[in-house]
Amino acid sequence: MAETHSLQDLGQQAAVAAKVFIQRDYTNGTVCQFQTKFPSELETRIDKTQFEETVRTLNNLYAEAEKLGGQSYLEGCLACLTAYTVFLCMETHYEKVLKKIAKYIQEQNDKIYAPRGLLLTDPIERGLRVIEVTLFEDRSLGR
Amino acid sequence: MMKNCEYQQIDLEALSTPAPTPSPQPVTDNGKEEEKTAKKQRRKWEVFQGKNRFCCDGRIIMARQSGVLPLTLGLILLTSVLFFIFDCPFLVQHLTVCIPVIGGALFVFVVITLVQTSFSDPGILPRATPDEAADVEKQIDDAGNTTYRPPPRTREVLINQQAVKLKYCFTCKMFRPPRTSHCSLCDNCVERFDHHCPWVGNCVGKRNYRFFYTFIVSLSFLTAFIFGCVTTHLALRAQDGKGLVFALQEMLCVALTCLCTAVELVICFFSVWSILGLSGFHTYLVASNLTTNEDIKGSWTGKSGAEAATNPYSHRNIFVNCCSVLCGPMPPSLIDRRGFLSAEEEAAAAAAPQATSREVELPVLASKKDINVGSKCVSEESPARPASRPRAPPTPPTADRRRGGGGERAGHSSAVNSDPARDHRPAGRGALRHTPAAAGDAHTHHNAKAHHKRTHRGARSALDGPGGTRAASPVVGRSSKDRRNAGSPPPLP
Repeated sequence: MAETHSLQDLGQQAAVAAKVFIQRDYTNGTVCQFQTKFPSELETRIDKTQFEETVRTLNNLYAEAEKLGGQSYLEGCLACLTAYTVFLCMETHYEKVLKKIAKYIQEQNDKIYAPRGLLLTDPIERGLRVIEVTLFEDRSLGR
Repeated sequence: MMKNCEYQQIDLEALSTPAPTPSPQPVTDNGKEEEKTAKKQRRKWEVFQGKNRFCCDGRIIMARQSGVLPLTLGLILLTSVLFFIFDCPFLVQHLTVCIPVIGGALFVFVVITLVQTSFSDPGILPRATPDEAADVEKQIDDAGNTTYRPPPRTREVLINQQAVKLKYCFTCKMFRPPRTSHCSLCDNCVERFDHHCPWVGNCVGKRNYRFFYTFIVSLSFLTAFIFGCVTTHLALRAQDGKGLVFALQEMLCVALTCLCTAVELVICFFSVWSILGLSGFHTYLVASNLTTNEDIKGSWTGKSGAEAATNPYSHRNIFVNCCSVLCGPMPPSLIDRRGFLSAEEEAAAAAAPQATSREVELPVLASKKDINVGSKCVSEESPARPASRPRAPPTPPTADRRRGGGGERAGHSSAVNSDPARDHRPAGRGALRHTPAAAGDAHTHHNAKAHHKRTHRGARSALDGPGGTRAASPVVGRSSKDRRNAGSPPPLP
């Protein structure tokens, strides 16, 4: 029971107890950042610092995707010169980072969240509006 | 009893398991399940809830009404084809071969960017899932007061030390992110909403603004180029002075050429001013990192009564603003229209086929709040908007809405004032005269020319400071907001 549970097992055996939504943080404008405030529903399930670390890493990854820098300008100018047809053939920087984010979330789910009966949903599946944390019934409490 | 419990358990699993599991389904669904696996798995665009049209298996997205896109394409094609057939041979002979080359390059650029603007996702925000919607409702109710007044559906955030109000969208069931607006023509919330353009038949938002800007700039160049070439052609012909002795055939040929050239001249003459004006206006918007929406509403140029508001999204540097808007990273499409539906999404889609019915199905809410929410939805969203709305006769427009060159949303003024929550008012700028119903190029272009002048005036006044013209729109909006805040339901449009 202490070993890592696969998501499949969780899905088959556990029922969803609740869902917590981490909303976006707009204090820096429209860049994609999520609030690092620790939701009270997760207090019994996971360490505050652990969770905040996850959200902070996600925020950093999104900031990297949306960063205005040399590379993005180069990409933008090249795209403009080709009437944006390069977007049809090339994977944009943003998409590359999104793949990184998906991998990171998968990894976090496998290592940290699944054993605690939690599941993080990739924000891109929710339109980058929220991080959905699904709480599964805690079987250790007995039912 | 056991049967009941079993059924409930299965139901929960089917709806909420994140990973698709082969959960046992009731006997009646077996047939459906087989049917599902037998037929192709559906893609997300097939159950998309907005009023959009999809082509090529979800690769192309357009607004439901294509507006005057065929006219736009037709005019561009006609003018360019006439140019290549009738003007280029003469000019290549008399001037240089670069002319058709430059013309050709500009033409290709214009058509590609037009197609991209029209057929790409402008930055649509997918609607909130039922769980999300319920969570937001709970937060609103917790934050609201306990009197009979409905809880406030706005949230205030501080963005770069500037207070910004986030409004709740009843259709999409979420608080709209900053700079997002709900387009009622497309029935979607669009990020960094600029306006809904009938000329391209799509909304202009975060993802396709750069395509739109490139389109209007390159179209200005193309129109000006053709105009110049045509004028040169006519001037050279007049200078040629072949005398009055012509062979009949040659005369007819020359007459036809001159006629087509004259047609091009007329089209270009009327277009060049409006398109140039529009390009200039959007260049100003890009340099100050504003949207048409915000400019019309005067969000950052100081509403009367509020202290001087500054644009919190601007980087305070024209060059950086331009780069961030035009050369920034390309955001991904959030609606994932070609993705396949998962099992629970199929179930949700099947359960709610009338996505636009506005029936709010929220779990576990007090009945009083249910009624409040329900009545709000009915009064503020008016689901049965007449389809002919874009062609509605123009109501007396405010000077604001008239500002702007071609290509704004058509005839939306009548419904606008009574629906503050929708925020589509700004998209009405310049729309009233530019209805698709306006027949004839000359008429449209004549109006466009008149509007161009107002654009310049508007743009200049915007640069100087808050103009009198802009005050009209916020005042209009505020009165309806006041009515709403007073607790009485807004009048049905």
